[in-house]
Amino acid sequence: MGICLPNPGEAHINGVIVPEEKAYEEAAKQFLMAKVPTIFPGPLVLWAWNEKAAKKATAVRHLYNTLKECVQPGQTPMLIPMPDYRPKYPKINPEVEINPNHPNLTIWHNKIDCCMFIGVHCHQANLALKIIRGGTSCYTIAMCAQAGHEDAMLSFRDASVEKIMKLAEWVKKLKGTVKPRLTSAKSGASN
Amino acid sequence: MADTHSVIGTKNKKGQTFTDTWKMMNEAPRTPSFYTGSEVIKEALRRASCDVMIAYPITPQSEAAALIGELFAEGYIGDYFRGESEFAVMSQCAGAAFGGARVFTTTAGPGTMRAMENFPMWSGARLPIQMIVTCRGINSPLSIQPDTLEIAYLLNTGMLVWHAETAQDFFDWILMGYMVSEEPDVHLPLALCCDGFFVTHTKDVVNLTPADMCLPPYDPYRSPVPCMDMECPPVRMMRDPFVMKSNYISYATHASWQQEVWAAVERSRKHTIKWLNGLIETENTDAEVIIVASGTAVSQGREAIRLLEDEGIRCGLVKVKVLRPWPGEEIREATKNAKHIIVPEFNVTGWLAKEIKATIPNSERVHAGPRVCGGMTMPPEIIVSEIKTLLGMTTVSMATRG
Repeated sequence: MGICLPNPGEAHINGVIVPEEKAYEEAAKQFLMAKVPTIFPGPLVLWAWNEKAAKKATAVRHLYNTLKECVQPGQTPMLIPMPDYRPKYPKINPEVEINPNHPNLTIWHNKIDCCMFIGVHCHQANLALKIIRGGTSCYTIAMCAQAGHEDAMLSFRDASVEKIMKLAEWVKKLKGTVKPRLTSAKSGASN
Repeated sequence: MADTHSVIGTKNKKGQTFTDTWKMMNEAPRTPSFYTGSEVIKEALRRASCDVMIAYPITPQSEAAALIGELFAEGYIGDYFRGESEFAVMSQCAGAAFGGARVFTTTAGPGTMRAMENFPMWSGARLPIQMIVTCRGINSPLSIQPDTLEIAYLLNTGMLVWHAETAQDFFDWILMGYMVSEEPDVHLPLALCCDGFFVTHTKDVVNLTPADMCLPPYDPYRSPVPCMDMECPPVRMMRDPFVMKSNYISYATHASWQQEVWAAVERSRKHTIKWLNGLIETENTDAEVIIVASGTAVSQGREAIRLLEDEGIRCGLVKVKVLRPWPGEEIREATKNAKHIIVPEFNVTGWLAKEIKATIPNSERVHAGPRVCGGMTMPPEIIVSEIKTLLGMTTVSMATRG
């Protein structure tokens, strides 16, 4: 609590308001440093409920493909959907989905050390981000279509197709310039 | 995806123009009008592009609720009906808001208390319902008179809570309130409180925005939670297991959910400051004596300050406009020079004084009074008398006022 969210044209990194451009660079670095950089697309982009959503989904897929092209051997980019928000009992299958009520299970199972939420309703994204922050050491990025998320370590606001594509461009631009954390003792994620 | 900006400049079915709210509230011409507080509620609603208003009679909000019924008959409100009780009204408000409607209701005193279970539910479900609370006594034996005790119960519901002093506050804040509570990073219900009768049933000059301008409609696609539909009804959140399980994941989810509601209250701070020009208003904060009050106790404080000035005693004023989010930092700053902080209140427990004591350093500076309740008025002379007593000056007894 207490972090001011960015205004249009801004983002935040660890609660500090920064120009959006700086956030692209940092997000791309975090993706390229991670052993398991992961995108979590939510219902707002998973379902083609309007034209904009379909275009965003294509952009998300492009970002994922770019990540796969730009990482080094030993890094494993993932694309794991959050298809809905209902709690999954008796047990979630953490290999194929993530859920806002117990997102840490998916983080732990796949040893995800950097993730980005996109297309998740803000309330549900904040629930998940709080639990991830409290129970893992995973670096969290929010590509939010509204006002941004203080519970993410890095948050964009007003997400659009253009912004997703721009992040992909930054990943491409920084390819080979960032040293991956492949040898870290705990491989990022912890429990 | 819906885009409210696209409707700016177009007309609704009543011929009102959907207007940029900032321009409407800050740049449009205002017409002075002599209205009761209840009539002002109606006039604000006329301009609010409200989809649903649900009513139930309880003094002193009944008149406002009935007047909004007239608005419905005139075609300014999408739907309007009477619930079976206050509890039913607040539940029905939830249903309408779940469905993506801009919702308005009014209540008071025992009605607020009867419906209480719904308010944390509204907050938890992130429903930006606006509820006018025309405060009155809640105790037995029955009292319909002004008394602000019910506000104390609303403070921990996760709702935004504002306390209007005047009918002008009411008019402006009803319209601005929707702008704050419908922000996607806030998206919480607003309890817009006033002191019953003092504000609702007295006439005052209120500067109204043009009646042919109205707020842009609510855009449910900006909601931080999905709107209700029959494929994903909210009841699944209640019925499905996480609330029913006794395990760590269940507790963590609930904890995270509650933290998110209160984080949203905090996030409203930025928007509220923008629209209300601050959470508090101050005058003469370099004075040694400062009155800190909310609601009509502010008006009585102003009169007391005028009387004290006549006797050469300088006194400052802090008008607390917003109770949630709590303006702790602002109050600390405004009272940093004060040796005596006087908190006049229209309730028996002194909830505002308690909040202030918990906020500022050297809280022994806070004098929790004078307090009146049960409908008693608070003559400014009582405030003057208490201040003079605190300053070690002799005062005239108030016992013979009758």
